[in-house]
Amino acid sequence: MTTMSLSKMFTRDEYDERSLPRRVFGGIGTLFFYAFLLLCAFLSVFPFIWSAILSTRTRSEIFSSELSLQLGNALFENYESLIDTLPFWNSMFNSIYVSGLGTVVSILFCSMGGYAFAVYQFRGKGAIFGTMVASMMVPPILGLIPYYMIIQYLGLLNTRLALWLPFTATPFAIFLVRQYVIASIPRELIESARIDGAGEFSIYFRIALPLMKPVLGTVAIVQFVFFWNNFLAPLIVTSSQDMYVVTLALRTVQGLPNTPWGAVMLGTTISIMPIVTFYLFASRQMIAGLTSGAVKG
Amino acid sequence: MSRSLSSGAIANVKNPQRKQRRSFNQISAKLAPYGFLTPFIVLFFVFSVFGFVFSLYLSFHQWNPVAGMASMRFVGFENYTFSLGEPDFYKSLYNTIWLGLASGLSQHLVAIPMAYLLVSLGSKFRHFMTSAFFLPFITSTVAVSLIFVNMYSANVGIINKAIVALVNLPVINWFMDWVNAFMPLRWLEDRTLIKPAIAILQFWKFVGFHLVIYISGILTLSKEVEEAAILDGANWRQRFWHVALPHLRPFIFFGVTLTIIGSLQMFEEPFIITNGTGGIGNSGLTISMFLYKVAWEWLDMGWASAMSWLLFLIIAAVTAVQFFVFGKKGLGEH
Repeated sequence: MTTMSLSKMFTRDEYDERSLPRRVFGGIGTLFFYAFLLLCAFLSVFPFIWSAILSTRTRSEIFSSELSLQLGNALFENYESLIDTLPFWNSMFNSIYVSGLGTVVSILFCSMGGYAFAVYQFRGKGAIFGTMVASMMVPPILGLIPYYMIIQYLGLLNTRLALWLPFTATPFAIFLVRQYVIASIPRELIESARIDGAGEFSIYFRIALPLMKPVLGTVAIVQFVFFWNNFLAPLIVTSSQDMYVVTLALRTVQGLPNTPWGAVMLGTTISIMPIVTFYLFASRQMIAGLTSGAVKG
Repeated sequence: MSRSLSSGAIANVKNPQRKQRRSFNQISAKLAPYGFLTPFIVLFFVFSVFGFVFSLYLSFHQWNPVAGMASMRFVGFENYTFSLGEPDFYKSLYNTIWLGLASGLSQHLVAIPMAYLLVSLGSKFRHFMTSAFFLPFITSTVAVSLIFVNMYSANVGIINKAIVALVNLPVINWFMDWVNAFMPLRWLEDRTLIKPAIAILQFWKFVGFHLVIYISGILTLSKEVEEAAILDGANWRQRFWHVALPHLRPFIFFGVTLTIIGSLQMFEEPFIITNGTGGIGNSGLTISMFLYKVAWEWLDMGWASAMSWLLFLIIAAVTAVQFFVFGKKGLGEH
């Protein structure tokens, strides 16, 4: 109502949402402003384009002094060099394995945990929940040495298990699920299922879980991106090449003399593909998911 | 459990076993939350609760993991005093704070006005822009750092090539010619350039994240307030300073807190950019990298644990200061 009357009261000059840049920068300035914004956007995505371009070039083309964005013809040579120098596909497999399994198990564990905090009253609930929330404020670096030592003690060094299992019950994700369940799953629904004689696990699994889909999507995005990009944990607990995840494998080329940049850039480009491809289709969901802690918290 | 599972849905009032099942369900309803929380409790207890306590215990001991548990020796506060007397500790602290300030401040100073402008541009264009800015945030730090290592390369990197091409453009050349004397810039092999190189990478990687937060912050500003300001004759400058910015305070507070906590733990970018060494003269060494070195290269877990607790205290102190200085205003009236 107010909006309607206001837009009638103001002429285009006085009030128009879209004309802010014009008022700030003037007529020609606006053109420059849009050009500047597009330049910024270009610079933001440029390194990825550049890495893709370099992965098609020969060594001498990469080292040439002229500035051009042209593609080369050396994609296959670079690919051969990539699989010669690195256990590339093996490390991609490890990454997919760790991220996939880690994400699925995270969804299970975090939904169970968040559901329990949201739906039940039980002894020790306040203490457990309080400790969990408090632990969210502890910087992760503090847990690094104990993580290594516990993994070592359990004999899990150089296993994939060490890379996913410890990170599957994230306090943040459990908190997110709890908030969601409290806000969107009616208690009456659970209560009536209970009166119908449904078991607790089947209430969770058949009734609550399908209703949690939106928040579990967020958990999946956050966890998958975390697992896929994780570097510090693999760096300290894996030392044998066949257990390397892709971030770790790529990093080892830094130690090589005469870095084969074409191959490295090809590997880098392939390694970011899964996430970038998903982002192209679901950028809104990914942006919302990865900032959910900030925006809602 | 399995019994109630299989018969759950078809239970009805006439079932003679109903009463028995009710009591069974009541017990299972009491135990169920613990069952659901078991994975969390186990993992959380092992890796967080026990881990932190053990790390504290370890920080008062000297221990080399290769030598086995028996070699652990109580040393009191020695690890802490040793850290505080170690020049590299201060150097890495200085580097960490330098990087945090340089990249953190510029992220927020750019993201806030940018968000304000983007909000006025209509949602399609805004989403296109934010998607582009957010892309670096979702990709692996190792991958993008490797790309930047290549781009920073002194002789073949595109950054130097672009600078040379830019300063030699016709008109620009008249007043930018002096830059040529400094080329090529040795981004990665120069004490003074390594920190800017890391800061630029971090700025590029994280500015989109803050942009999204600030955009969603500005979008929560009600249209009525904005329109009332316009009715009162406020121009865009006044509306930015006196309407949008005060409204953003809690978002700024939150974003800055995240930046502080994140940048004090900064590890991956400097690690890859300096090839794990800390750079010439350790001028790119951060605290987390130093901690990594002590723990996994020098194999002194006790000292590294002590350092992680010192880092924890520093983070807590800085966050507390920020909270007391900006907190009351920062969190607004709520």
